[in-house]
Amino acid sequence: MKTLNEFIELFAEQFDETDASEITPNTVFHDLDEYSSLIALSIIAMVDEEFDVTLKGDDMRSAVTVEDLYNIVINKA
Amino acid sequence: MYNPFSLEGKKVLVTGASSGIGKSIAIECSKLGAHLTIVGRNQERLNETFISLDGDKNNHNQLLLELTDYERLEFSIKELPVFDGVVNCAGIGTTNLFQFLTREKMQHVFDVNFFSPVELTRLLIKKKKIAKNGSVVFLSSIDGPINSHIGNSSYSATKAALAAMAKGMAVELAPKNIRVNYLMPGQTETPLIHNEFITEDQLALDMEKYPMKRYGRPEEIAYAAIYFLSDVSTFTTGAGLVIDGGFTLI
Ligand SMILES: NC(=O)c1ccc[n+]([C@@H]2O[C@H](COP(=O)([O-])OP(=O)(O)OC[C@H]3O[C@@H](n4cnc5c(N)ncnc54)[C@H](OP(=O)(O)O)[C@@H]3O)[C@@H](O)[C@H]2O)c1
Repeated sequence: MKTLNEFIELFAEQFDETDASEITPNTVFHDLDEYSSLIALSIIAMVDEEFDVTLKGDDMRSAVTVEDLYNIVINKA
Repeated sequence: MYNPFSLEGKKVLVTGASSGIGKSIAIECSKLGAHLTIVGRNQERLNETFISLDGDKNNHNQLLLELTDYERLEFSIKELPVFDGVVNCAGIGTTNLFQFLTREKMQHVFDVNFFSPVELTRLLIKKKKIAKNGSVVFLSSIDGPINSHIGNSSYSATKAALAAMAKGMAVELAPKNIRVNYLMPGQTETPLIHNEFITEDQLALDMEKYPMKRYGRPEEIAYAAIYFLSDVSTFTTGAGLVIDGGFTLI
C-alpha cells in the first residue's frame, strides 16, 4: 500500500496550476482555486488506477483535508 | 378503435428489459398488444418486468442472458421465434477521463454498448429471425452523435458508432423491408444516471441546464420506440430521433 506521501504526490499531479508544495496532509483541498468537479474526477480515476479503490462523489465531498481522503482510500483498500 | 400505433400480435424482443428504459419499452409495448420476449441479467428485476407486462402471460417470454457471451447468445437465438420488432436497449454508462481511458476500459464499454447489440442483430438477421417488415431499434444517445460530456468520451464513441451502424444496416436491409432506426435520449430518470461518480447535487444542477428543467421519463423514450416499431413509421429507416426536452438546442 502506498504511503501518505506517495498519495500526496499523485494527488498533486492531478492539478496543472497548483504548485505541488501547496498540497500537504492538512490542505483543505476543496478551497484550492483550481479544485473543480473535473479535478475531482481525475482524483477518483487516479485512485482507481493506483489503489484499485473506487471512490464515490460523496467520499470526495465528505473528506476535508488531503489526509482525510487518504484515510478513506486506505479504509477501502 | 382506430390506433395506427397498435402493436397487436407483433412479436417484440427487448434487451435491457430488467431496468429503466428497456423495462418501460417492454411494458408499454405489451399494453399496445405486443407479445414480448424480454432479456436481462438480473432474474429478480427481469421477473418484475415480466409480472408487469399486460396481456396473456402465455404470449410473453423472459430470457436471462449476458449479452457479451457470444456463444450463449448464438445458442439462445436458435430457440427464439421470428420477431417483428427488436429493441436493443441493454447498455452501460461509464465515466472515464480521457487520460485514464485504458484500452481495457474502452473495450468493455464497446463490448456491452456496441458489439453486443450489433452481434445480436446480425445473428437474428442471419438466422432469419426478423420478419419482413420488421423493425430494429437501437438505443443511441445525444452523447456521441450530437454532443458529449466530461468523462464521457468512450460512452459517446459507442453511441455514435451505433448510430452510424444503424444507418449502414438500414441501407442494406431495406430490400428485405426491415427498418433500422435509433433513439437519442437526453438524460432520462433511470438507475443508469445515478452512479458513484456523480452526486445528487450535481445532478440537480445539471437538470437546470435542460430547457424543461427536468430529465426525461422512461416512458417518454418508450413511446418513441413504439413509433419506430409500429406501422406508422413504415417509410422511416436509418433515422435518429432526439428526445431531450430541448437540451441540445441551447
Ligand atoms: N438513462 C439515460 O439517461 C440514457 C440516455 C441516453 C441513452 N441511454 C441508453 O438507453 C439504454 C438503457 O439505459 P437505462 O437508462 O435504461 O439503463 P439501466 O436502467 O441501467 O438498464 C440497463 C439495462 O441493460 C442491461 N445490461 C447491461 N449490461 C448488460 C449485459 N452485459 N448483458 C445483458 N444485459 C445488460 C441491464 O441488465 P441487468 O440490470 O439485468 O444486468 C439493464 O436491464 C442504454 O443503452 C443507455 O446507454 C440512456
